[in-house]
Order: sequence, then structure tokens, then C-alpha cells
Amino acid sequence: MIAELGHFSLILALCLAMAQAVIPLVGTFANKPLWISCARPLSGGQFVFVAISFACLVTVFLQDDFSVAYVAHNSNALLPAYFKVSAVWGAHEGSLLLWALILAGWTLAVALFSRSLPADMVARVLSVMGMIAVGFYLFMLFTSNPFERLLPFPPSVGKDLNPLLQDIGLIIHPPMLYMGYVGFSVAFAFAIAALLAGRMDSAWARWTRPWTNAAWSFLTVGIGLGSWWAYYELGWGGWWFWDPVENASLMPWLAGTALIHSLAASEKRGLFRSWTLLLAILAFSLSLLGTFLVRSGVLTSVHAFATDPTRGVFILAFLAVVIGGSLLLFALRSSTLGASPGFSWLSREAALLLNNVLLMVILAVILLGTLYPLIADVMGWGKISVGPPYFNFFVVPLGLMLALVLAPGSTLQWKGQANSNRLLALVKSPLILSVVLSVACLLLARWPLKISALLGLSAALWVVLFTLRDAWRKGAHPQGRMTGLRRLRKSYWGMIIAHLGIAVLIVGVNLSSNYSDQRDVRLSPGERVDVANYQFLFHSIEQVEGPNYRAQRGRIEVFSHVEKAEGNAEAIPPVDKPVVVLWPEKRRYMASGSIMTEADIDGGLFRDLYVALGETLGKEGAWSVRVYVKPFVRWIWLGALMIALGGVIAAFDKRYRKGIVEQRVDSSLDKGADKNVLTTGEAGLSGKAGLSQKEIT
Amino acid sequence: MDRLKLFIPLIVFMVLAPILYWGLGRDPQAMPSALISSPVPAFELPALATLNDDARQGAGVSPQLLSEKIFKGRVSLLNVWATWCVSCRVEHPYLLSIAEKGVPIIGLNYKDEPEEAGHWLRDYGNPYEQTIADRKGSLGLDLGVFGAPETYLIDHLGVIRYKHIGVVDDRVWASSLAPRYAQLLEAASASQ
Repeated sequence: MIAELGHFSLILALCLAMAQAVIPLVGTFANKPLWISCARPLSGGQFVFVAISFACLVTVFLQDDFSVAYVAHNSNALLPAYFKVSAVWGAHEGSLLLWALILAGWTLAVALFSRSLPADMVARVLSVMGMIAVGFYLFMLFTSNPFERLLPFPPSVGKDLNPLLQDIGLIIHPPMLYMGYVGFSVAFAFAIAALLAGRMDSAWARWTRPWTNAAWSFLTVGIGLGSWWAYYELGWGGWWFWDPVENASLMPWLAGTALIHSLAASEKRGLFRSWTLLLAILAFSLSLLGTFLVRSGVLTSVHAFATDPTRGVFILAFLAVVIGGSLLLFALRSSTLGASPGFSWLSREAALLLNNVLLMVILAVILLGTLYPLIADVMGWGKISVGPPYFNFFVVPLGLMLALVLAPGSTLQWKGQANSNRLLALVKSPLILSVVLSVACLLLARWPLKISALLGLSAALWVVLFTLRDAWRKGAHPQGRMTGLRRLRKSYWGMIIAHLGIAVLIVGVNLSSNYSDQRDVRLSPGERVDVANYQFLFHSIEQVEGPNYRAQRGRIEVFSHVEKAEGNAEAIPPVDKPVVVLWPEKRRYMASGSIMTEADIDGGLFRDLYVALGETLGKEGAWSVRVYVKPFVRWIWLGALMIALGGVIAAFDKRYRKGIVEQRVDSSLDKGADKNVLTTGEAGLSGKAGLSQKEIT
Repeated sequence: MDRLKLFIPLIVFMVLAPILYWGLGRDPQAMPSALISSPVPAFELPALATLNDDARQGAGVSPQLLSEKIFKGRVSLLNVWATWCVSCRVEHPYLLSIAEKGVPIIGLNYKDEPEEAGHWLRDYGNPYEQTIADRKGSLGLDLGVFGAPETYLIDHLGVIRYKHIGVVDDRVWASSLAPRYAQLLEAASASQ
């Protein structure tokens, strides 16, 4: 019954989305204010019904209703309740429903927080989002209905959720990622609306920026979580594998990063306007392409969902309509947007342009590498897989170049003046300082000097030095520096934090890949192994019972060497100081019979100790054990979090809200809301007041 | 000219779309490794039977080593299995039945204890002509084994022709393995 209710709500959501896609847009062409004002209530209704549908699916999971095929395939009565909930998006059908829910959520958010945008603009944006929603609902209802029943013979127990996915990381990783993917639909819809209206000015850029920032921050967190999950759950100790699905999430992120930067130029200087629109289309198109690649099984990947050609054909057709249609619209309409003012080569504009060029080159490299096996196959060049060497070879140097440009670029003035002497003066001291400091750091840590490590560390310090110097200078204020720093805009703070996050990320990637120590050893209980400055003692192994699995759990004690002080007369033997006890597991899941390696990690700001059990070797209880000591590896995810945080802080800049209020006074079409212009302008952004007013109009 | 430039993104997409469409027809599950149409990787691993032979061990004779040469000269199946693999148990009776029909099957005992593997074959029957004991999974790694069970179809020249991931049962045999097996047999007899 509940499943049918969910199914029915989904159909209703589809109907409302269809109305939302058509009525407001027709209204803008026919100039019918009533039709235009339908956009908001329709998006609210659509959200309500898809939310009901989602709640129904969660309910059938919690009730272990194995007559629903999707539940039978992805859950099990023994599964803990929180995993039953996360199992909802553990496979194809449910994750699509989550996707649709999030899309409806973003649509509702746009409807609520855009109350002072011109009504025709809102109508276009919501219509475009409605069209995207229609595509997803149709896809779900025709090819991937999560509410399908297994009748008349439902299984008595479920097949269980893939053990790889039974993890806290999976509970939050996909929703975050989808928030990012789907969030780009807002920027996309704004771009299409601008193309339809033939108007794209600095107000447009100001409306679009906070939405883009929000989506991009979610995507950043999502990718970071995915990488973290791969690090501790897959048991390989790596954090990025250049897997097609990882690339599929990185590509929209790169396009989104470029978009954020080119939006800045569009807002402040009216530059790169058609380019900005193209990036907005590109970011969302790549999100859709990512979905296609994951769901259709075109590329081989550890993430591959069930492959079904009809689904692939459907997504591809959807892709063709959305991407093809929007690019056609772009080709036809973007020339009406007008010319751009010029700028000198030593200006912030030039730096942003360079940023965009580098990001696009990285994007192209990754896109080519991801699709190359497919292209080669089509061309008959044989089956080829493109691996990490290719990606590292291109992406690492390009990324370093990006960091080199970022640092001075973010401190340059708009317009600027071309002057080689100024450039030299600007970069001289940070250049020397960053190289000297990085050599000093490596010597202090007693690590061997490696060119690659030195380069990476210098690049990170270079970014830090420039960023902090700029903040220091901008913070100058007659009433003292604290006041000055507090007066700086949120968007500026966001930029500072995100750029420092990039530096932290570079440090993490660089040091962990240059100075990790790894051993695969055979250990019997009681044996020890030395890795880096640590000694690992394989103490014992025991049998433990989990809720839905049985596991062999190793007890591994870690000691650090405390060297005796030199020149000490009394001969003190080197002491082993206990650091931590690690409990890596090898699990066998009862329902599926699959074996999982659960690594145990002692994390720290400066190093991770990572132990994973391999296979049993022989009768004496020996195991192959994988031991890593990874310095600074946490900085990778710390950096990602800082980048995301920067994006969020920038999205809350007052200017975006103020802009909305001013715009509100100007807007003539939005008559219903004109009565209390200034008060609801701010309140509308915080949410509640906007909702209650929606019903009135 | 400037207006034409704006069509470039659309054109790029229009080139990409047919490639993606073509890609849909591929079945990556059937071919996840780059090894189809290439010979079985070179290996030298002990035969399970001789590894468990106590008399042999007692006499200090080292176990018999198998190499990729065992695949030459006739069409055969290579089946990856292990005692820790529950699905292999499901598959086992069916393998026995096709072995009875005269299909040569070579076993690859993957990351397993030879002794337990020996017990398994004694208890459930032995469909394999030979079983390669790949304790460390080195051959499995070279073959790109996802997990047990997996079954490879190998022609008379020792070249991998097809790979099936998962349990081989009636349906799989009839739909994907048997036709290819028959085809390879024909090709083999034609070339002789």
C-alpha cells in the first residue's frame, strides 16, 4: 500500500513538473502575469509530492517490505536501521529518486529565495528546472521505478546492501554529491533564462553567484567524502584512482570552479559574458554526462550500477535534448549579449582568464582520458584502458601552474596596468621566501629532499604567502587591523579561505605521495615490522560477530621509537613508546557471502597509521598485512573542507542580498509583493516569510 | 565568423553523442579486462593435486608445475574458484555436469588453502582436469580476476576468447558459453 502511495505521488509530481515546465514559460511569451505567477506554487507542490514519494520508499525499507523489488535487492532484515535508510540510495532506482528530491528541493529554494527577482526571470528559471525534473521523473517511471513489486512470490529475506556501501561515508557521500550535481541545474536554468530573455548583465551574475557557490561547495564536500571513503573503505590506502566515476564528478567541479571565477569577472566588469553562460551550461551538462556514464555502464568502473541498455538510451536521449538544445540556444542567442570591455595583461581579469584556460585544459585532459577507451574502441584501435600515469602526467603540472597563477592573480587589481617591473616586484619576495621555507620544512622534518616534494611545497607556500599578505594589506584600517579585517566582505573571506584550502590540499597530496611508507608483509601473531619510525606488533587475531557479518579481527599494537639522546653516558636502550592499538577486520557478510577488508586507521594531523588485513597464510595463523604510514594525508580532506567552506561563506555575502532588495524595488511585474518591499526582502532570504507569502500570490 | 564560433560547443557535443550511443551497445561486464583475444598470461604454478600429495611431499619431490602450455592444443574453460566462495559451491554441480559432457575445464584455485581445496574436491567431486593452485593470486591478478567465480573460454591456441563473471548455470551456458564453445571447436578442427 505504501509503495503504491509512493508510486502515485511520483506520478503527481511528474504532472506538476510538466505544468511547471510549460505554463510559466508560455506566460512570459504571452505576457500573462497569472501564468507567470504559477511557477512558485507549482514548484512547491512538486516538492511536496516527491518528498512524500521519498518518505514512502524510506518507510518500505524500514518495514523490510521485500515484496518491493528494490528493497529485496538492496536490503536485509539484519541490516541496522541507519543503513536501511541509506540503502534507499544504495542503488540505481533509489538514487534517482534522491536526485529528483534534491532537484525539487533546489527548485523550491529558488522559488523561495528569489522573491525580489523580476517575476519573468523567476518564471523562466523555474520552467527550465521543471523541464529537467520532467526528464528525471519520466526516466524513473519508465525504466527505473523503485516501487515495483515482486508479486506473487516475494522473497522472505533481502539480498542485502552491497557491503562496500555499508558505511557512514556512503550515508552522506551521495546526497552531498547530488546536491552539487543538481545544484548546478540552478546556474544552468539561470543561463537558459538569460539566453531566452536575451539579457545578461551584472545583476544576472549577482543572482547566479550565490547559487553556483552553494552547489559547488556541496560538490566539493561530496568529492572529498568520496575520496575519504575510498581511502579507508576500499583498503588500498589510495585516495584518488582516476576511476571514470571519480572523473565524472571531478569534471563538473572543474567547470564549476571556472564558472565561479568567470562569474566574478562578469559581475564586476561585464566580461566573458557568453563564456560564463557556456560554463554554466557545461557544468550541468557534465553532471548529466557523469550520470550517463555511471548509469549506462558505458565505461567499466568499480562504481558501476546495474547496466541496462534501455536506461542508457533514455539518458542519452535526455542528454541530447538538454545539452544539444541548450548549446543550440547558446549558439543562436549568445551573440546578442553585447561586447566586452578590454583589460591589460597584468590585471585580475587576465588572471581569471588564465585560470579559466588552465581549468578548461585540465577538464579536456580528463574528459579525453575518460572517454578515450570508448573512442579507441569505436575507431577500432583496440581495447585500451587509460590509467593514473596519463592523468598524473598532465594534471599534476597543470594543477601546479594553476596554483602559481592563483596566488598573484587573486591580489591583482581590476583593469590593472601592464608593467613587467611591477610583476617582478610583486613576485620576487614570495618566490624566494616560499622556496627557502619549503627547504627548511623538509630539513626540519628530516625528510630527504626531493625535487617534486620541494616544488609542491613551494607552490603551497607561495599561495599561502600571497593570500595572507593580501589579507594583511586589505585589513589596514584607521581603527586598527582587527576592525579592518572584520570589515572585509564575506566574499573576500570566502576567497581567502578557499585559496588557503587549495594550499592545504597541495601540501597533503604532495607530502603523502612523496613520503608515504608502505609494506606488505607476512606476519604471524607476535611478529613485528618496522615502517617509517613506527613498529607494528601483530598481537593476535580473534573472531567477532557483527549485526550482519562475521569477522576476523586483528589486534595490532603500534610503537614509536624513542631514540636515546646522543652523547648520553648511561647506555639507555631505545624505548618503544606505545602509540595506539589498531583493529583491522576481514568481514564476511552473511547474506551475500562477500568478503570485505575493513582497514583500521589512526588518523592524525601530521600522519596516518593505516593497517589492513590481507589473506590468511598457512596454518600458524600468519596473515598478509598491509601497513602504511602516510604523512599529512588528512590535509587533502582538510583542504577540500576549507575550499567548500570558502564557497559557502562567499555565498552569504551581503551584496547578493542587497542586490536582491534593490532589484525588488525596481521590479514592476512583482506587484503582489510590493507592499512590504524592504522588510520581506531580507526575510524572504531566511525562508519562512517567503513561504507564507507564496500562498497569497 | 564570430557567430560560427558559437556553434563549436554544439558541434563537439554532436560528435560525442554518437560515440556514447555506440558505447551503449558494448557490454563492459563481458569484457572488463583487456585480455580478450590475447594469450593466457605466462605463469608457472604448482598443480593442486601434487601439492596435496603427502607421499610426494614425504619423498621431498617438489610439486609438479603447470604453465600456460596446458591451454594449447584444444579448446578449454578456465574456471576461477575458491573454498571461501559461496557462489562457487552453487556453480559446482553444473561444472560437474558439463565436464561429464566432455568439456575440458582447468581450475584456478584462487587465493585458497591447498588442503581445504583438496577436501572440497574430494567431498563435492572434481570437474577439473587440472587445478592450478594460485595461493597468492598472482595469476588471478594477471588475468584481471574480479572475484570468484569467473570462467574464461580459451581457444586451441591458448588465447582467451570470452570471459564470464559470476556463476555458470544452465542459462549462462546455453546463452553465452555453449555457442562460443561450439564455434571455437569448429575453428580448431578447421585449422588442423
